[in-house]
Amino acid sequence: MEYTTDLLNALVLLSNYVLVPSLSYGSQLALGAVGVTLIFGILRFANFYHGEMMAFGTMCTIFITWWFQSMGFTAGFFPTALLALPLAILITMLLALATERSVFRFYRLRKSRPVIFVIASVGVMFMLNGIIRMIIGPDEILFRDGQKFLIKAGAFKKMTGLSEGLALKQTQVLTVILAVLAVLLLFWFLQRTRTGKAMRAFSDNEDLALLSGINPERIVMVTWVITATLATLAGVLYGLDKSFKPMVYFHLLLPIFAAAIVGGIGQPVGAIIGGYIVAFSEVTATYAFKKFLKYLLPSDMAPDGLIQFLGTDYKFAVSFLILVLVLLVRPTGILRGRVL
Amino acid sequence: MSYLIGERMTGGYGGADILKDCTISVDRGEIAVVVGPNGAGKSTAMRAMLGLLKPREGKVLLEGEDITKLSPQQRVHRGMAFVPQTHNVFVTLTVEENLEMGAYLRRDDISGTMEKVFELFPVLKDRRRQAAGELSGGQRQQVAVGRALMTLPSVLMLDEPTAGVSPIVMDELFERILEVKRTGIAVLMVEQNARQALNIADHGFVLVTGENRFTDTGEALLANAEVRRSFLGG
Repeated sequence: MEYTTDLLNALVLLSNYVLVPSLSYGSQLALGAVGVTLIFGILRFANFYHGEMMAFGTMCTIFITWWFQSMGFTAGFFPTALLALPLAILITMLLALATERSVFRFYRLRKSRPVIFVIASVGVMFMLNGIIRMIIGPDEILFRDGQKFLIKAGAFKKMTGLSEGLALKQTQVLTVILAVLAVLLLFWFLQRTRTGKAMRAFSDNEDLALLSGINPERIVMVTWVITATLATLAGVLYGLDKSFKPMVYFHLLLPIFAAAIVGGIGQPVGAIIGGYIVAFSEVTATYAFKKFLKYLLPSDMAPDGLIQFLGTDYKFAVSFLILVLVLLVRPTGILRGRVL
Repeated sequence: MSYLIGERMTGGYGGADILKDCTISVDRGEIAVVVGPNGAGKSTAMRAMLGLLKPREGKVLLEGEDITKLSPQQRVHRGMAFVPQTHNVFVTLTVEENLEMGAYLRRDDISGTMEKVFELFPVLKDRRRQAAGELSGGQRQQVAVGRALMTLPSVLMLDEPTAGVSPIVMDELFERILEVKRTGIAVLMVEQNARQALNIADHGFVLVTGENRFTDTGEALLANAEVRRSFLGG
């Protein structure tokens, strides 16, 4: 009986600190990685300003949230940011289309090599990075309101009688639900609609798509619009779950790229799998297993150290490691995407 | 005057001229075949007629109208369909989706045309839900031709449709192309398998180093001793 309780405690502990957080973090990464992979599939370059697009979308959401709040217009139980999201997505779409028009279109018409596009996107990244910090500042911003917890750790303990509690934040549940909805909608679009099929055809064989009368301008435009939507959603969910800080969003680029490459670049399904792989690895590698093992092992074998593979400060090393390993062992990624 | 004419085309890909005063034409309900040794400019001539290459001199006429300045996409709008030699299907799309993409420009109901393509290539109907990349070489060629036919073209241009397929598949494919021709489409074809291609051709153009060497009916070319000795291996 005591052993069963220990086992349950260990499982709850692991769920609370590893399973639930990596599930929501993984969904955020997956949304980001799908955007990167779509741009790669259609425009054939690695978009370095994706993190800034997420930050920009989140910034817009924050301003609109504040505006709504100042008018006393809130969503009650839910975060007000959800109400601000559609408008913010619209503004981010305009940003994406404006950069496409003013920067990428020029190189597209000249049929520049992919590396030129990459460098151009790095330029856009630095510019936006500066603009965002000029507008909203470099500091951390919390913009979550509404009910914070769906299940509180204390209530869980009381309910189950266990000594470990499982806290479930509303943002975590929202993240998973909205991510699943967004991905389902995206796949329905890609598989069932005329424009979605044309996007896949264009990604598969550009020359043949042109010979079939598919309009490249339209395909590129739709791709940016979808990417801006996904990026804003990913950024806002991440910001609600944790907090908004421009520099953090810039750093998110690494795990997102790792996720897209692990899954197979150009493969949306792969990007989603990759998002969860990176998130789970990162959270697991930086979690201290000491307490977890204490529940499972006999007391005389209980570890002295923290049993933590990496300090949380080094969490980006995990993405790097995954990236290097994948590029060495299976450069195409899990689902056989293109090689960068 | 023929339906589609590439008239006195001269030009290449920037450097030296590949085509020299080369003329190729085809009429509706007729098969025209371009044959010749490697490097004779056969594919180049076809690419010039589609607009994938701008000839330095000469012009391309469709129904008597000068279309030399139109882009390939605009020519596709005008009813010219092209099957490239390689990479001619969307490998990650299903057979049915390949056909749908062929009809991308059409806004009307395409199910009738798709049924016709399935009648022409029955094997595709069984494979309609399968990715085109999983099919055999011969079946892929059928998808490629089917995709081109979905636009309801008036001209069908094929760049070496039988490259890399077995002789049995080749005969089968030529049989189907004859059926396509009977529906009133103008078929223009570049071929390595010169003898078999001339067998089904109404007109043949023998190109050598970008120039017209012989132009005649398929039958006459097959009977021509010099053509046979030089280009058909005796």
